[in-house]
Amino acid sequence: MGLDLRFPIGALFLIIGLLLAGYGWTTPGVGIDRWWGLVMALFGALMLTLSRRGRRSGV
Amino acid sequence: MAHAHLAGIDYAIMAVYFAFVLGIGVVLRRSVHTGTDFFLAGRAVPAWIAGLAFLSANLGAQEVIGMGASGAKYGVATSHFYWVGAIPAMVFVGLFMMPFYYGSRARSVPEYLKLRFDEKTRGLNAISFAVMTVFSSGISLYAMGKLFNLLLGWNFTTAVLLSAAIVLTYTFLGGLTSSIYNEVLQFFLIVFGFAPLVILGLNAVGGWSGLQARLATISTAQGFAPGAYTQAWRHMDAAAHNPVGVEWFGLVMGLGFVLSFGYWCTDFLVVQRAMAADSMTAARRTPLVAAFPKMLFPFLVILPGMIALAVAGSGVLGLVPAKMDALGHAMMTAQGAPVPDYDLATPMMLIHFFPAGMLGLGLTALLASFMSGMAGNVTAFNTVWTYDLYQSYIRRDAPDAHYVAMGRAATVIGVLLSIAAAYAASRFNNIMDMLQLVFAFVNAPLFATFALGMFWRRTTGHGAFVGLVSGTLAAALHHGLTLPAGAVPGIKGGFFGVLTTYPSELAQTFWTAIFAWTTCFVVTILVSLATRPRDAGELKGLVWSLTERPKDAELPWFKRPLTLALVVLALTLTLNLIFA
Repeated sequence: MGLDLRFPIGALFLIIGLLLAGYGWTTPGVGIDRWWGLVMALFGALMLTLSRRGRRSGV
Repeated sequence: MAHAHLAGIDYAIMAVYFAFVLGIGVVLRRSVHTGTDFFLAGRAVPAWIAGLAFLSANLGAQEVIGMGASGAKYGVATSHFYWVGAIPAMVFVGLFMMPFYYGSRARSVPEYLKLRFDEKTRGLNAISFAVMTVFSSGISLYAMGKLFNLLLGWNFTTAVLLSAAIVLTYTFLGGLTSSIYNEVLQFFLIVFGFAPLVILGLNAVGGWSGLQARLATISTAQGFAPGAYTQAWRHMDAAAHNPVGVEWFGLVMGLGFVLSFGYWCTDFLVVQRAMAADSMTAARRTPLVAAFPKMLFPFLVILPGMIALAVAGSGVLGLVPAKMDALGHAMMTAQGAPVPDYDLATPMMLIHFFPAGMLGLGLTALLASFMSGMAGNVTAFNTVWTYDLYQSYIRRDAPDAHYVAMGRAATVIGVLLSIAAAYAASRFNNIMDMLQLVFAFVNAPLFATFALGMFWRRTTGHGAFVGLVSGTLAAALHHGLTLPAGAVPGIKGGFFGVLTTYPSELAQTFWTAIFAWTTCFVVTILVSLATRPRDAGELKGLVWSLTERPKDAELPWFKRPLTLALVVLALTLTLNLIFA
């Protein structure tokens, strides 16, 4: 269909996750940003991996 | 109310999201060539994507904000809108109705009515649906502008125009695929934006048991049993025993049967997502895939509203602030107590619990649900306009490219009309309330028409049309003869005189629906028996008894629609029992 949706989902959550986590690490008092950012970045990375795999196997 | 302040990181998160939304539209533009691509996403969407879009198309911001508001108003009984008022109908449409919608190759729900019945039934449904989608998209836009103005001090016009422009760009470029893809993005944003809100909130009130204890106080203060806000079924024996003001029969028949089946099984906005699926089994699995997250959504969208009541805050009820009139004064009840603005329960939770960064994420999730709710309406509108109105009444035999161009034009016009409706809503609130009331009358009988059409081959076009019209009239008549407790005759009902008073507005709504459905059902049968039926040969693939059953035997067991349906129903029953 031209675009595997897992790719933009993965990229979006990886970028937002890293932004949040980075902000959490450099700013005092926003601890939740740190770990929730990491959770989102991990989810994004997982989606990106799935989309890479799908492209290789042609699914 | 003081405006919340956003930090740079919050704007950065919103900007990243907007960039992705537009980027998806631009990339998809390249693969949109035919009408099927633009209006039906090329019938190439895998079941998991169609399923999540099926769920999210309904999860507009009115849903997110409204379910939080109902959570604060009615407590855990709000989950009936999911576990009674959605899941059974979603299972039904997947198992029993998708074979006709998908199998008949109809391009829209009104077009199915044309194939099954006749032109006038299609016309009635198409026109009311087209008008309705434009207005609900406008109301969504208005709610968004108002909320962000109130919370953040954003300019109403800027907020409305900016989000309308973004929605217009991506639906114009990528059509239904674009809309579906962004609905899936929105689904994940809502999950990631609201899950931490619930975790932080529950933590603050001492977990579920802490929440139960705090809400018990509120419950007894209003004269209910201590568990009325935290037990979904135990207080449904009589309308006076629960904050919803409904007894179990009205709830199950009105919400669980008539309204829920009417919406999930016949509303083109959601059904369009399943019609875009890449195969018959994928189409049938679409609503079933959607049912799994749907049954867990009460925890994401209703719990925040309940927690907002229980957190000590500066509002009139926990975090819930007083409702303001146009001049900025708190509105008072007849007893002189401030009126709580339940619609702000969820937004106040976001502001109360989220620091900079997380707040940006939560607000982006809200924005996403406003925009994808609007995009869903716009894509359903352009399809119904192009195929059911333009192609059938204005220009019948044009080349495919002409209809794609018309679809794009309809997208622009749909968005412009939505903006106009948003401004109309901000000027004349009553007109919007009245329109929504009229739509409720039109929608209430619909499921009777579809159920008879699909499962009783003797049903005729005249029967369907007369049934629909009389069902709508019955709804108006019932509403005009009844009134919810404490209301004055007018838009709330009673304009023909008051025969009965219901304990709550919801009870009245549910019973209006029951009357409309029953009238439509009976009249359709009577008129059908008196008119000439169509030949069996013409109804092949449109009626249950004349359609080959879809074969699932070659699928692995976990992919069979029936297996999925049974699992969904068992889990829903369990949830009902846990929170009974």
